[in-house]
Amino acid sequence: MTKSTSRLNDILEKNEKEILDDWMREQLASGTLRKDLITESELRKQSAELLGLIINATRSGNVTEISGTEWKPVLDFLAATSKTRAAQGFSPVETATFIFSMKQPIFTRLKKEAGSNASVLADEIWVATVLTDKLGLFTAETYQKSREEIIRRQQMELLELSTPVIRIWEGILVLPLIGTLDSSRTQIVMETLLQNIVDTNSGIAIIDITGVPAVDTLVAQHLIKTVSAARLMGAQCIISGIRPQIAQTMVHLGVAFGDVVTKASLADALKYAFRQSGITVT
Amino acid sequence: MSLPGPETLELKTSEDVVRARQRVRVCMKDQGFGLVDQTKMVTATSELARNAVDYGLGGTMRIESLEEMGRIGIRLVFLDHGPGIPDIDLALTDGYTSGHGLGLGLGGSKRLVNEFEIWSKPDEGTRVTITRWR
Repeated sequence: MTKSTSRLNDILEKNEKEILDDWMREQLASGTLRKDLITESELRKQSAELLGLIINATRSGNVTEISGTEWKPVLDFLAATSKTRAAQGFSPVETATFIFSMKQPIFTRLKKEAGSNASVLADEIWVATVLTDKLGLFTAETYQKSREEIIRRQQMELLELSTPVIRIWEGILVLPLIGTLDSSRTQIVMETLLQNIVDTNSGIAIIDITGVPAVDTLVAQHLIKTVSAARLMGAQCIISGIRPQIAQTMVHLGVAFGDVVTKASLADALKYAFRQSGITVT
Repeated sequence: MSLPGPETLELKTSEDVVRARQRVRVCMKDQGFGLVDQTKMVTATSELARNAVDYGLGGTMRIESLEEMGRIGIRLVFLDHGPGIPDIDLALTDGYTSGHGLGLGLGGSKRLVNEFEIWSKPDEGTRVTITRWR
């Protein structure tokens, strides 16, 4: 029913103000409105703009096929709104309610306009339902996508945040490791460290694992590989930040770092590195 | 003290291993385990959960709080329906691995806990049960 005989546009246009007022009332009463995140006047502005865009789109006669070009302004507006809401911290329900709370006000007007003709009313309500559902689902989908986008960006940021290589002294690098060492992160850590050893011409690299909550065989294996690779490039690695509970666990697990120098704290490791490089601090 | 009911976690990806580890840590903390006990159990969880993901084609971890004769304990059951372990004694030997690891995970986990039980049948799967008492 692309070019439907629906009077939806007619009814919306005629009752724009009443629908907006009712819709606002619905939203304010819904209990899902986040007054801490959006002010009433802002919400009213958004609602009025959306309703205006919907009326424009329905004027074409296409009232349910939202993939049509006449609906593009509406979809663009909804996409932008749900994106902002996702970033502001609205929940999915709160975001979808923005659309779904429009149903009741529209239905009320339809009922009034269609009068006692039940079959016309049923048809009009069906059209309006299909339309609001489609718009609501579109909003939910965009919201979801924006959230995933945010999560992906944070993951990337974390990945980079957690692998800084610090040149703490001439010829001495420190790599503080924080969090879980899964394979992809370890790969980045290893590459960054080895590249920095070359770039800064460093002879000693301190790998500090104070921020690693548990050292299991996989983490140990990754560390051993990194140390071996650094050694091949002529750099000595010191592993520091081995806390008592980690040390005990590693002993039971049977993991040994072989002849790699290990220290309890970063300070001890630094002291050792200074001695090795013949640096005295007075 | 009331004990939380048992719960089961899916183990499919390496993110699930991290999630399982965090769950075990929280659970142990709630039951009043010390830092050393927590770290030991979490490390064992890491090994066994990763075995289930890497070798067992994915599985589940059941976590259960226990109270027996005044003792508080945590029991974990790792279950997978993978190819199974043909020779359990060999698999428990330090340094033996069928993959690319250090070959310490299974034997090491056994040393990290108070009770260790392993059942495995070729083509049926593997079940490892570990318990740590406070």
